[in-house]
Amino acid sequence: MEGFRFLDFPVPDERGRFGPYGGRYVPETLIPALEELEAAFEEARRDPEFLAVYRQYLKDYAGRPTPLYFAERLSEELGGARVYLKREDLAHTGAHKINNTLGQALLARRMGKKRVIAETGAGQHGVSVATVAAMFGLEAVIYMGEEDVRRQALNVFRMELLGAKVVPVASGTKTLKDATNEAIRDWVTNVRTTSYILGSVVGPHPYPRMVRDFQSVIGQEIRASLLEKEGRAVPDAIIACVGGGSNAIGAFAPFAYEEPRPRLIGVEAAGEGLDTGHHAASIAAGKRGVLHGSYMYLLQDGDGQIAPAHSVSAGLDYPGVGPEHSYLADIGAVEYAAVTDEEALEGFKLLARTEGIIPALESAHAVAYAAKMVPTMGRDEIVVINISGRGDKDVAEVKRILGEGR
Amino acid sequence: MSAVKEAFQKARAEGRRAVIPYLTAGYPSPERFLDYARVLAEEADLFEVGLPFSDPLGDGPVIQRASEAALRQGVRTKKVLELVGKLAERTDVPLLLMTYLNPVLAYGKERFFKDFAAAGIKGVILPDLPPDEDPGVAEAAREAGLATVFLLAPTSTDRRIGVVTGYTTGFVYAVSVTGVTGARDRLPEEIGALVRRVKAKTELPVAIGFGISGEETARQAAAAGADGVVVGSALIRAIEAGADPRRVLQAVRKGATL
Ligand SMILES: Cc1ncc(COP(=O)(O)O)c(C=O)c1O
Repeated sequence: MEGFRFLDFPVPDERGRFGPYGGRYVPETLIPALEELEAAFEEARRDPEFLAVYRQYLKDYAGRPTPLYFAERLSEELGGARVYLKREDLAHTGAHKINNTLGQALLARRMGKKRVIAETGAGQHGVSVATVAAMFGLEAVIYMGEEDVRRQALNVFRMELLGAKVVPVASGTKTLKDATNEAIRDWVTNVRTTSYILGSVVGPHPYPRMVRDFQSVIGQEIRASLLEKEGRAVPDAIIACVGGGSNAIGAFAPFAYEEPRPRLIGVEAAGEGLDTGHHAASIAAGKRGVLHGSYMYLLQDGDGQIAPAHSVSAGLDYPGVGPEHSYLADIGAVEYAAVTDEEALEGFKLLARTEGIIPALESAHAVAYAAKMVPTMGRDEIVVINISGRGDKDVAEVKRILGEGR
Repeated sequence: MSAVKEAFQKARAEGRRAVIPYLTAGYPSPERFLDYARVLAEEADLFEVGLPFSDPLGDGPVIQRASEAALRQGVRTKKVLELVGKLAERTDVPLLLMTYLNPVLAYGKERFFKDFAAAGIKGVILPDLPPDEDPGVAEAAREAGLATVFLLAPTSTDRRIGVVTGYTTGFVYAVSVTGVTGARDRLPEEIGALVRRVKAKTELPVAIGFGISGEETARQAAAAGADGVVVGSALIRAIEAGADPRRVLQAVRKGATL
């Protein structure tokens, strides 16, 4: 395999628009910084030297390419299509987040910034930023909602061990959305010295594009591995969970804009059920609006106040969804489904039991959807589930929930 | 001439930079908001009312708290319209609305601006909208007869100053610091440079906001060439502390007097 390349996608346009979505709705203070970041990224993605260095770190530091693993027992159990797992859980730090943080940290270094900040939900992105910051010798400050600090105590300790400062955020719903507000406030204040390493395909232009481009290594590798194993580069379907949407867009983008296009299925968190109001399914149940710099599908009340999201998985607990997903949903290139907390917990156990792989609760949403879809498919069809991360971080929380149920 | 520009001229004629207090609508309660606003308006040339928002990412902790408290009491767009209507009955000072974009979009921008104009609002401030991002918003505000106000910051390039002032009909809101709202002891020196750069591009009045806390900071803003000063967090902090926000505003007014 020749390795990661920066691909040319038809969206966004030069104003950062995916159809009507995206854009740059931020305080004017940040506009020059976003323009500077955009210019630096454009230059870097055309620079063979940058590409070579990024590839080197993906390989030697993140451990890429990650395997595309044929899940034989899971396939048998479900009794339909052949199921492959894209093993992002095996990337360094245990999730796909490292693909993006390595890219953005290299860019920060190139721009001469010595301090990086980030928001985190599950703590996976925070850990990933703390990790690359340690490796590159950058100061890192991570904003995390108080509720998530509680749910993901182990990741807080991890970040601190890696030398990052973790700042608990007590405002609003005390989760990812509020951590993002606080990170943006820090950036507004320290914009001259600081790089903001955003963790998903959300936020103002150029983030949705830049994060997508770095994460597209996932889809590029799926193509190459599948060609090697099955003699075809395009599967029949790819399933990925969607919080902000970075692991999903990374898996989908190299397939979404050309024929033949596999079925692409983004799985949102239905929480306690779409009709309970306690969920995080922005596409299934949201309306268009502006949050964190971007026009996108959003959970909100009739007055445009952002509604609290709910999911058993902290990484999906976000009331918006990236502008490219909003666009792909509208044009019908990707199907979006939603899976409840309960179903996700079943998916979590299913993968552990059949394959000896404990997935992140986020990824368990994709597994749970696959468990519904795969039995309806033919034996000669191929499904890829993107296992965006590993579940070690969730074991204590799952134990607590299952214990209560007894 | 618009009521907003007139207010700057009137202040200038009286030997003062325009004094512009800010309160979050419905804070500390809908009734007490009206009481405070009415009293503060007596010391003011323009008055800024903030629409509470769940995710005020341009605001520091003080206004965040006020926003959350107002939302907890159910203060949403309709209630703000009602409060603005009542306030407009009790004061002649031109009222400005400060709102994040999403509540505007959710209500429907044309109807939003029309209804607020009918309630007595004269101008609108949109802190998370670079105006060229969605030109339809400024247009809808102007069509409803509202003056438009956008923010510029010390980081703003001359190109951005040109773009933003092109969409502005009220005044330029010059942010004194790279940062979020909040009272500060001193303003950074660079604010003078921003005011000069803005004034080189436009005849519009320039008001300095963020960080104005009392007489000294208001004097600094005046010395930096501002035509007006906005004070918000310092007033809300006084209310939080059970002190009289009028004292704070009087100090600001003193500093803003030439
Ligand atoms: C393992 C894992 N998967 C998925 C997500 C959701 O993010 P995204 O939708 O951007 O991939 C997270 C976020 O923290 C995560 O940690």
